[in-house]
Amino acid sequence: MKLLDRDGIRIDEFFRATAEDRVSHDRLIVPPDALEAQLSSREMRQVGVEVSNVASVEELARYFDDLALIAIVFPAYSDGRGFTLARRLRNAGFRGVLRAVGPLIADQFAHALACGFDEIEAPESIVDRQPFEQWRRAGASISLPYQQGYSRATSIFEQRRRGRQGECNA
Amino acid sequence: MYNYDQFDADFVRERVAQFRDQVGRRLDGSLTEEEFKPLRLQNGLYLQLHAYMLRVAIPYGVLNATQFRQLALIADRFDRGYAHFTTRQNLQFNWPKLVDVPDILDLLADVDMHCIQTSGNCIRNVTADQFAGVAGDEIEDPRPVAELIRQWSSHHPEFSFLPRKFKVAVSGAARDRALLKAHDLAIRIVRNEAGETGYEVLVGGGLGRTPMIGKVVRDFLPKGQLLAYLEAVMRVYNAEGRRDNKYKARIKILVHEIGVEAFQARVEAELRAIGSTSPGDELEELARIAAAFDTVHYSRLAPRSEKFDAACARNARFAEWARTNLFTHRVDGYAAVTVSLKPVGGVPGDMTAAQMRLFAELAERFSLDEIRVTHAQNLVLPHVRLDDLHALWLELVDADLATANVGLITDIIACPGLDYCALATARSIPIAQAISTRFADAARQAEIGPLQIKISGCINACGHHHVGHIGILGLEKRGQESYQITLGGDATENAAIGDLLGPGVSAQEVPDAIERIVDHYLAHRLTDELFIDTVRRLGVDEFRAAFLGAQDEAA
Ligand code: SF4
Repeated sequence: MKLLDRDGIRIDEFFRATAEDRVSHDRLIVPPDALEAQLSSREMRQVGVEVSNVASVEELARYFDDLALIAIVFPAYSDGRGFTLARRLRNAGFRGVLRAVGPLIADQFAHALACGFDEIEAPESIVDRQPFEQWRRAGASISLPYQQGYSRATSIFEQRRRGRQGECNA
Repeated sequence: MYNYDQFDADFVRERVAQFRDQVGRRLDGSLTEEEFKPLRLQNGLYLQLHAYMLRVAIPYGVLNATQFRQLALIADRFDRGYAHFTTRQNLQFNWPKLVDVPDILDLLADVDMHCIQTSGNCIRNVTADQFAGVAGDEIEDPRPVAELIRQWSSHHPEFSFLPRKFKVAVSGAARDRALLKAHDLAIRIVRNEAGETGYEVLVGGGLGRTPMIGKVVRDFLPKGQLLAYLEAVMRVYNAEGRRDNKYKARIKILVHEIGVEAFQARVEAELRAIGSTSPGDELEELARIAAAFDTVHYSRLAPRSEKFDAACARNARFAEWARTNLFTHRVDGYAAVTVSLKPVGGVPGDMTAAQMRLFAELAERFSLDEIRVTHAQNLVLPHVRLDDLHALWLELVDADLATANVGLITDIIACPGLDYCALATARSIPIAQAISTRFADAARQAEIGPLQIKISGCINACGHHHVGHIGILGLEKRGQESYQITLGGDATENAAIGDLLGPGVSAQEVPDAIERIVDHYLAHRLTDELFIDTVRRLGVDEFRAAFLGAQDEAA
């Protein structure tokens, strides 16, 4: 797998572990059933959890303050549930890192970022075929989306609203 | 017509550039065919039996003459000189080459058109009442709402990879001419007891393998809250719609499985999670969109036209056409004209490029530069002066576009079927042609009166056969085409799914079978009773007995 974000391919500083693992890494991603154990181990670590795209927002919300990262698994790139889960987590107040894990393609970069993801962990086979330059280009292909309220600085609806206000002030 | 602002225009151009890039990356191997497929579908590009098919969006079925001419040009340059209108107010070109598609999209963008979301598992092109702004039974013109939804749903970051396609229809009228109850989501503009207008929202209608009638999930949604409500519905569907079986993935199955109340509760919970919205912003945007529609400049005319009356008295064929193809306009002295694309023995919904160019000119001369596409695969010239009707009719006669059969037995809806469609199990176009040839006689059609036949070439039901007064579904049985006939479907506000009459019949037997049903109706109807009313009064069983009895005799 390869990790990428807005700026390019990155080194993954998180290490995947289970409940039993007593690893020395200070950044871990664990499965949900190992979360309690790792969080209570009192070691100064950053802990993330990897969940399926049908995970419960309510249950995760209990850990929001302690979680550095939530990784959401996309079983297939055509399965858009992860986008909705990301959005729900952001709506519920999660401020940590959101990672999409799975066979996403460059053309979904904009969707993922807008829904609140910070980074994508995709199979090497895809990133080799679609180097970061393609992700960057695809991510920027629509300079202004219509939808208001997604993690883009602004939107067409918002720009028009500002335009109207400008008219009123003038 | 809604006029694009710079934002809309830039967005469509960027979408074209994006698709050009995607085609390039498909060709150089960056994208596998599997990865490319959803991307091309979201730009309306299908791989059909013999070639690609490109589906052009005609948002809520509204066009002007310039756009229509551009479509004719594309038909000439990239298709084989004709275009095909679909049952969702869209238009299809059947023979484009992959490498040409970005150029076609640019030609469309030149006239503020696109192919965005005419297929794929996303929110599809929004449809509406073809008589929007024209009909007398309208509370409010539904097109601004439809346009708002078009924009909001375009390239949506969250809802572009849904379990399945999602079709939305909007109407502002009392009568349902937009097949609202057969849509995943439908919006009806209504007035509450306090006299305010708002939205009735229906969810979970759909045809296909498991036909269902949409159910009301909100009887009055105040204006300004529509996009938040849609977002909540879509989020529930995206998260919980089934993905294990493509035939169970539409929202109707989710609503059916968890029940309407549970679905409503989930939507309301989602609305609470979304939190505060700004209805004022939405209302302002809706007002901006409404103002961006062209004002139609009607003349002040008398409600009756002597010229029209005289022409009717003089010319029986013209009078016949006027009787079937006109729709009452809310403005005095005008009529909306439905131009039938169902000539006897023709392909329903097909038009040649030459006819299209002429039609564009007629729209300019006679209909204040406006054209509508209906879900019944016909066209409408929405604002024709009564005084001009005869002159228009003469032009239509010359162009072979004056078929006087709107709403009659030969005004058949038929999907492309096995002649084009990769999913088809049987042909549908030749069946439509055979039936319309059988009932070609105008006097006989007039005697039979309003009767809708709808034909689909497979269980996906693009031809809406479930809601046809007579529905015909083409299947394949042991290597043979076999046609199931249903009776009693209804596509209006009284939406109903037709009942199966009996075992399937062969392609050759279909016209006889239809004739038996029609004869039974003619023999048993009360004075002035419509076909569908006779079916309701007598019950499908009685027709079934007639249908099967005669079938036994024939055997
Ligand atoms: S009903 Fe079937 S055959 Fe007809 S267009 Fe739809 S998918 Fe194709």
